[in-house]
Amino acid sequence: MQLVLFLIFAVLCVAGALNLLFQRHPINSALSLVVVMMSLAVIYWTLGAEFLAAAQVIVYAGAVMVLFVFVVMLLNAGEEERTTGSRAAYIAGIPGVAAILALLTYIFMHERAALGDATLGGSLNHTTSNITEISRVLFTELLLPFEVTSILILVAILGAVVLARKEQ
Amino acid sequence: MSPQYLWFIPLLPFLGFLVNGTVGRRLPRAAVAGVALLFTGLSAALVAWLWVTMKAAGAPLSMSVASRPWISVPGFHVDFAFAVDHLTLIMLGVVTGVGFLIHLYSVGYMAHEEGYWRFFAYLNLFMFFMLVLVLAESFLLLFVGWEGVGLASYLLIGFYFTKDSASNAGKKAFVVNRIGDFGFLLAMFLTIAHFGTLSFARVFAQITAQPELHGGFLTAIALLLVVGAAGKSAQIPLYVWLPDAMEGPTPVSALIHAATMVTAGIYMVARSHVLFDRSPLALSVVAVIGAATAIFAACIGLVQNDIKRVLAYSTVSQLGYMFLGCGVAAYSAAVFHLMTHAFFKALLFLAAGSVIHALSGEQDMRVMGGLRKRIPVTFWTMTVAVFAIAGFWPFAGFFSKDEILYQTFASNNPLAKVLWAVGVITAGLTSFYMFRLWFKTFFGAERFDEAHLGQTTPAAHSDAHSAGHDEGQAGHSHGVHESPWVMLAPLVVLALLSIVGGWVGNPEALGGHNEIQHFLDPVFASTSHAEASVNADEVSHRLERGLAAVSLLAAAIGFGFAYLFYYRKPGTLGAKSANSGLYRLVSNKFYVDELYHFAIVKPLEIGSRFLLEDIVERGVVNGSARVLAFVTRGGSNLTQRMQSGNIRSYAGWLAAGAAVVLFIMAVTSLHLR
Amino acid sequence: MVPIAYYLILAAVLFCIGIGSFLIKRNIITIFMSIELMLNAVNLTFVAFAHQWKLVHGQIFVFFVMVVAAAEAAVGLAIIIAIFRARQTLNVDQINLMKN
Repeated sequence: MQLVLFLIFAVLCVAGALNLLFQRHPINSALSLVVVMMSLAVIYWTLGAEFLAAAQVIVYAGAVMVLFVFVVMLLNAGEEERTTGSRAAYIAGIPGVAAILALLTYIFMHERAALGDATLGGSLNHTTSNITEISRVLFTELLLPFEVTSILILVAILGAVVLARKEQ
Repeated sequence: MSPQYLWFIPLLPFLGFLVNGTVGRRLPRAAVAGVALLFTGLSAALVAWLWVTMKAAGAPLSMSVASRPWISVPGFHVDFAFAVDHLTLIMLGVVTGVGFLIHLYSVGYMAHEEGYWRFFAYLNLFMFFMLVLVLAESFLLLFVGWEGVGLASYLLIGFYFTKDSASNAGKKAFVVNRIGDFGFLLAMFLTIAHFGTLSFARVFAQITAQPELHGGFLTAIALLLVVGAAGKSAQIPLYVWLPDAMEGPTPVSALIHAATMVTAGIYMVARSHVLFDRSPLALSVVAVIGAATAIFAACIGLVQNDIKRVLAYSTVSQLGYMFLGCGVAAYSAAVFHLMTHAFFKALLFLAAGSVIHALSGEQDMRVMGGLRKRIPVTFWTMTVAVFAIAGFWPFAGFFSKDEILYQTFASNNPLAKVLWAVGVITAGLTSFYMFRLWFKTFFGAERFDEAHLGQTTPAAHSDAHSAGHDEGQAGHSHGVHESPWVMLAPLVVLALLSIVGGWVGNPEALGGHNEIQHFLDPVFASTSHAEASVNADEVSHRLERGLAAVSLLAAAIGFGFAYLFYYRKPGTLGAKSANSGLYRLVSNKFYVDELYHFAIVKPLEIGSRFLLEDIVERGVVNGSARVLAFVTRGGSNLTQRMQSGNIRSYAGWLAAGAAVVLFIMAVTSLHLR
Repeated sequence: MVPIAYYLILAAVLFCIGIGSFLIKRNIITIFMSIELMLNAVNLTFVAFAHQWKLVHGQIFVFFVMVVAAAEAAVGLAIIIAIFRARQTLNVDQINLMKN
């Protein structure tokens, strides 16, 4: 059961990612990315991270990707032109990517036994729910980073406003 | 005199060199001369004291002093050490005595020269090295002096360094000497290999301790030493530098190329007599080379027109006599001739310098003549020298030359009679060309133009071999005049020595006691089989008297011919033979220089030009520079592409770099592979 | 019972596709989106490991990554708008003022 679930949504993820790669119009790429986000949310849920699955849908798919779509619309981005600006990207980059993929796959398969198995929805312990657990750590041990993050968001908002403003 | 004072004998002239060499440029001429004369004089005084000590001691003198070890490695050890025996005493006397006189002479001769301080500095440097050479107790220290006098000779021959011919002559002398030095070095290496030491005392002791040791490697060592001696003492085939060395100032020719440096080879052979006596082959080689050089050089000297060239070839010839003497194991005779030769040859050169000075730089005998009345002191002193070298009794040259000829005739060498005959013929030739010089310079009509002395007239100097004018004497013509007393006094002293100097070698056959041979017996005693066997009885005395008569006859014949051709009927020889092939062959020095140039110099030049210029310079040096530049430029071109300003290319390199880092991490931490 | 390794491999695949699209695409916005994809792949890795170690800190880190990614997206898109106004192009090959 878990395997089937995993396979379906894994395929969906990869298909969405490949679609992002192969589409010429940015809006198609954006929509593909939304599909990837959604699938990832389901996979998070199978791994027992319910809060994160929700956050993924709300924040990533619901806010960040909407922002992307808005910008695509605002700038009236059209289909891509075919320019070749750099050979290094292909010559050095593609082999690099292939190497990374091969290496990581090899390592993970090698250590497959040591990593163990996932249990469906298996959370940390059965007494507390996932969100309780997260909030307990977040507001006690990692309170400082939490507060700093809020300031970070504030700064980002200000920055975005300033940068995107029309010259007066 | 205690042995510690021995160090001062060479060091005092070295001090003089330092003083004159560093601050001499700023000192007035009198001070420079004073410094040079002072230090040389002090050295001569020390030598005189040494002689006194020797006389007072009664027993044969043998003194030595050594320093801390110089080189000390397993298998080889040598010190800085000086040693004095009777041979050294004679050499010291000659070097410091004649050296001092020549220093005095130079004060007058070089009075109008540029670089006065330089001259005296070099002269003192030469004295230092020569004294080191003579005092040395080991082959290595002797070699130091050997090289040093070669250096001083180069500096002094090329003293007028602005003249091409002078600097070329200096280079030639040094290079030819170097060839000889190579032989000397090989001999030293062989000595180290077989004896483990270069100290005279130890090497000779080892040889004497093995009476059965003969030939073989001893011959090799001896022959290599002969190569070295041939270079320094201007024997065939390495004599070619000496005539060219006349480019130097005349006092240099007198001191270095007549009295002292060129005798270093003879000294070295005499010093190593223990070695040579064990190798009859080497001795024969020495004798043959000596005789051949003697007659060869005499022939060339017959037709030279430059007064100094005649004397140069005469020096080569007389050195041949000394070599011949060594070659028949008559070492004390050779040293005796060395001593008398120093007297009269130095006198000849100095007097010639006086003549040149009087004529404001003229050296070509064809434009001299009739100087007898103009410069009388020079004339009389030179006359003494000419009679001495020609071998007339009772002058010095007679006794020493005769001793050598007698020893040659009576020696055990299979070629003895032939060598003797060559020696007698050479004596005749010597007499002839010396009297030719005498007549041409001092007698007959005055062929020079008094009003225009010292100015080069092309017509009179078409002879391509004249050494030109002595630089400093030119241009100060105020008529023909006698030299100042500083120049004449040494002439007179040397003339006296040329008369009485031979009397210490008056042989018993002629009523004397042959003091010099007995004086040198402690040094050469072990080898006197050649000399001892020909000493005592009346038969040998009669032989000696007969041979003396023959050589006197040869000298007289030479005088006679010279008188005929150069006094009675001057010009007869010139007119008839000027165009003959034989004349041209001889006057071009048998084309030996040209042969060397063709056979040795040119191939070397071509070979090294090919090797060094084409291969090393163009190939290696230029090539590697070019390769380096190419690599650098190529490398920078490649890396420059990474700075393209294009985001995607940066991303590409990033991805590649990340892959590499990941790979390294995987390998090291997971221990894959 | 799916081995955790499979999740990790999925993350690796997504990550590499992200790099690939970063290299290949010419539109700035698409490149930005590929960055988001990469970040998501990393998030998946963290969650998988959090599940393996039974520690919640992995998930909290994902939380922070999401926050930062959001902020970065906001600022980045603002910059893109500014560049578009200056250069009138979204082609990354033509934004090469730093050449040489």
